[in-house]
Amino acid sequence: MSTSEALSLVPKAAGKQTMKDFKSDQEVRWCPGCGDYAVLAAVQSFMPELGLARENVVFVSGIGCSSRFPYYMNTYGMHSIHGRAPAIATGLATSRRDLSVWVVTGDGDALSIGGNHLIHALRRNVNLKILLFNNRIYGLTKGQYSPTSETGKITKSTPMGSLEAPFNPVSLAIGAEASFVARTIDSDRKHLQSVLRAAADHPGTALVEIYQNCNIFNDGAFEALKDSTTSQEAVIRLEHGEPIRFGTKGVVRDAATGELAVIEVTEADEDRLLVHDAHAANPTTAFALSRLADPDTLHHTPIGILRDVVRPVYDTDMADQLDLAVTRQGAGDLAGLLAGTDTWTVP
Amino acid sequence: MTSQVSSPITAGTADEPHVVVDVLGEQRNPAKETRRLDRVIIRFAGDSGDGMQLTGDRFTSETASFGNDLSTLPNFPAEIRAPAGTLPGVSSFQLHFADHDILTPGDAPDVLVAMNPAALKANLGDLPRGAEIIVDTDEFTKRAMAKVGWPANPLEDGSLTAFAVHPVPLTTLTLEALKDSGLARKDAERAKNMFALGLLSWMYHRPTENTEAFLLRKFAKKPEIAAANVTAFRAGWNFGETTEDFAVSYEVAPASAAFPTGTYRNISGNLALSYGLIAAAKQSELPLFLGSYPITPASDILHELSRHKNFGVRTFQAEDEIAAIGAALGAAFGGALAVTTTSGPGVALKSETIGLAVSLELPLLVVDIQRGGPSTGLPTKTEQADLLQAMYGRNGEAPVPVIAPATAADCFSAALEAARIALTYRTPVFLLSDGYLANGSEPWRIPQIDELPDLRVEFASGPNHTAADGTEEFWPYLRDPQTLARPWAVPGTPGLEHRIGGIEKQDGTGNISYDPANHDLMVRTRQAKIDGIAVPDLEVDDPPPTSGGGTPSTSGGGTPSRARTLVLGWGSTYGPITAAVRRIRRSGGQVAQAHLRHLNPFPANLGKVLKDYDRVVVPEMNLGQLAHLLRAKYLVDARSFTQVTGLPFKAEQLAEAITAIMEESADVDV
Ligand code: SF4
Repeated sequence: MSTSEALSLVPKAAGKQTMKDFKSDQEVRWCPGCGDYAVLAAVQSFMPELGLARENVVFVSGIGCSSRFPYYMNTYGMHSIHGRAPAIATGLATSRRDLSVWVVTGDGDALSIGGNHLIHALRRNVNLKILLFNNRIYGLTKGQYSPTSETGKITKSTPMGSLEAPFNPVSLAIGAEASFVARTIDSDRKHLQSVLRAAADHPGTALVEIYQNCNIFNDGAFEALKDSTTSQEAVIRLEHGEPIRFGTKGVVRDAATGELAVIEVTEADEDRLLVHDAHAANPTTAFALSRLADPDTLHHTPIGILRDVVRPVYDTDMADQLDLAVTRQGAGDLAGLLAGTDTWTVP
Repeated sequence: MTSQVSSPITAGTADEPHVVVDVLGEQRNPAKETRRLDRVIIRFAGDSGDGMQLTGDRFTSETASFGNDLSTLPNFPAEIRAPAGTLPGVSSFQLHFADHDILTPGDAPDVLVAMNPAALKANLGDLPRGAEIIVDTDEFTKRAMAKVGWPANPLEDGSLTAFAVHPVPLTTLTLEALKDSGLARKDAERAKNMFALGLLSWMYHRPTENTEAFLLRKFAKKPEIAAANVTAFRAGWNFGETTEDFAVSYEVAPASAAFPTGTYRNISGNLALSYGLIAAAKQSELPLFLGSYPITPASDILHELSRHKNFGVRTFQAEDEIAAIGAALGAAFGGALAVTTTSGPGVALKSETIGLAVSLELPLLVVDIQRGGPSTGLPTKTEQADLLQAMYGRNGEAPVPVIAPATAADCFSAALEAARIALTYRTPVFLLSDGYLANGSEPWRIPQIDELPDLRVEFASGPNHTAADGTEEFWPYLRDPQTLARPWAVPGTPGLEHRIGGIEKQDGTGNISYDPANHDLMVRTRQAKIDGIAVPDLEVDDPPPTSGGGTPSTSGGGTPSRARTLVLGWGSTYGPITAAVRRIRRSGGQVAQAHLRHLNPFPANLGKVLKDYDRVVVPEMNLGQLAHLLRAKYLVDARSFTQVTGLPFKAEQLAEAITAIMEESADVDV
């Protein structure tokens, strides 16, 4: 699906845009060193590429550190309430198809208090792009464990270690019938922007999980994926149509069980390597890929686009129903509606 | 039909004991007598599976098209199919119709149609002596009677001598009528409600063509069922015409004199409210967006609006109440006329988003069809106990205007008024209807489109502020000096890109601000905006007494002046209160009546009106929530009269209670 189809109803900018056009005049107030800065810069420098009229771009957020994001974008924006951004954005995107609507949320916002809205937005496939900043901690409330924190994590609210198993946001999204699911990392601007590009092109809801470092309360949470000595082993970069390999290793399907396995690749194995198909109609393999990551060490973490399939888009279909209703019943006639069929007249 | 709340309440003759006006020799069966009545109250009661709501609806339709004034009270269990034959499973539909202006579904039925022992037992206590009872004797089996704790058959043991009982083997007669239909016994039996409807249609000279047409339409896909229902309906009519047990039939003339000139239809509160929303969208030239989650008794509005996509109406059935209002708020940001519909429990869940809407200052209608609470409470019964929730149920100082329709038909104009306030003042607005208005129906004079208010709004289109250095800027929180409303700048408008949110904003610029003085200013400004909403003055109906018996108070020269007691209500109690006030006046009492449509802000003259009376009586279907507000704001000794039975007030009880307070008042003054 090309940009022109996914964003066909959104007016284009008159002239050439630069990153500066998307910077608001508000002072950015995240902690120095926060991963959010890198994501903001990546988004601001990516937006001109879409060439959309700035006034037709809207960022909607919930509550949390990342949810301050809209204030820093020189577009329309709403900083709403905890967890509800997908619902609010659904109403906006459904009633205004000429807008490019982005949701900025975090692991607590999207997966804890707002979990219900997230899964239903994904299921409906509304034309929304959801950027989920996952730092595996509650930052704004100063350091409690989040629904993506590792089991056993010591935080202010879990001094003896968290008792909970974390969500894997990508697995969750695939389970919720998402038509587009990707994962990227705050510090890898090139990768992040390539994922944003594909998300923007996608008709329907796109979920982009962004691993984001909270250097105050959970510093180094994704270090394994960033450190050049460990990242070879840790990061699986997915490319549609390419065999899945990383460092000296690769992913194959076990012939006996059908499950995915990581192997040391030898020449004899080359042919067995799994070829990544983001467009596969069946989500099973994408789900299995999302499960390769070790939730504690993050080893074997796939990044890139896990799933990108075309499904009916909610707001498009709703608009079509409205048109169809006019075709069938004629444009609404208020006087006729009010009168109904059973009337009587008092002279 | 009830008069508009704002227009003077005319003295009428409703709720008098009904009288036989004259006796006509009628043409139908010359052997049978026809009497003319001025009004009748009929209650259909049966199992929730017996189709009593449908039967009541059809009788109502026949009655409306005949031109009577009418008022209805459906009453059904929350369970979809409560256990058959049990008291909790009884579903009923009461209809009051008259040849004159009436206000309520009536206190006590003149006629009860009871489809089984449970229906008879559950409703017997409401019947006055002499009431007619039509029972399906086939259902009075030992087992069915045992289920409701009747050891002996009340039809045979003489316990019903106070009533005129018509024992009719409805089931047998229906099966007999359908013996050639080819239907299985079970299917044929289901048509017995139409037999009963046919009989009642004969008894009260109802036009029958529409019901037959309706049945053919309803069962168009199952012609044999349609035919069976029509046959049963006609069989019921013929049964009345031929059997000796029904010697008399009744006529209730059209209520032509009670109705102003115009074209009328019958309408329920939820339908009127739905139409009001569509009309508001049309009059504001904005697309209508409804975010809703199914909840009784509000779901009918979601259903109704979903049928009108050809008006550009978008209905969104959300994953929960919070998403429903969230989506509506998102649509409001985008420039839609945004609505969310719910009942009390849903309002509780929406509170945080209503607070956000207060902070964002965007137009949003929150429709609460109140039901019995707390918690799940009584989903299918009525109550007015969400007033304080609507007023105060949010964190922080978060004032929201509150409007309440007075009658089923009034829900139409109340929706338009709620939209006017939301759009003009850029604020969420509560519309408080309730289960009684939602499901009850009455005749409605269909308005001409050019009578509807102009609700068009202007979106912001350019900068509204010049910075010190001369640059033109857009300030999203720069207010209209008259209304204190902020500009509505919708996405897609070039140059007005701005960010809004729930964090406190700087006055004017709308930027985040934690400045203490600014917060104080913003809290007071938001309050001042709501307090300053223009609402019509409260009209008081306080006529001099028409006949002797009462002792009107005198002023100075001894001329009768205003009454000493004011009855003040709000919302759906309008009908019962007005009927009660008419009763008091008919027996010579002098009492004033006023009814609040605007609960926040109150009409500007309310304080003065209250001070004009020695006593203020406030009947409410809660434990005194309006009285509480009046006492707090006006320091008046408002007297509550409350009822929380899940049912509307009865005019007679209300009249007694008001009279007692009036007499108490007189004692004090003596
Ligand atoms: S607390 Fe953490 S996530 Fe929040 S702004 Fe600071 S570094 Fe960033």
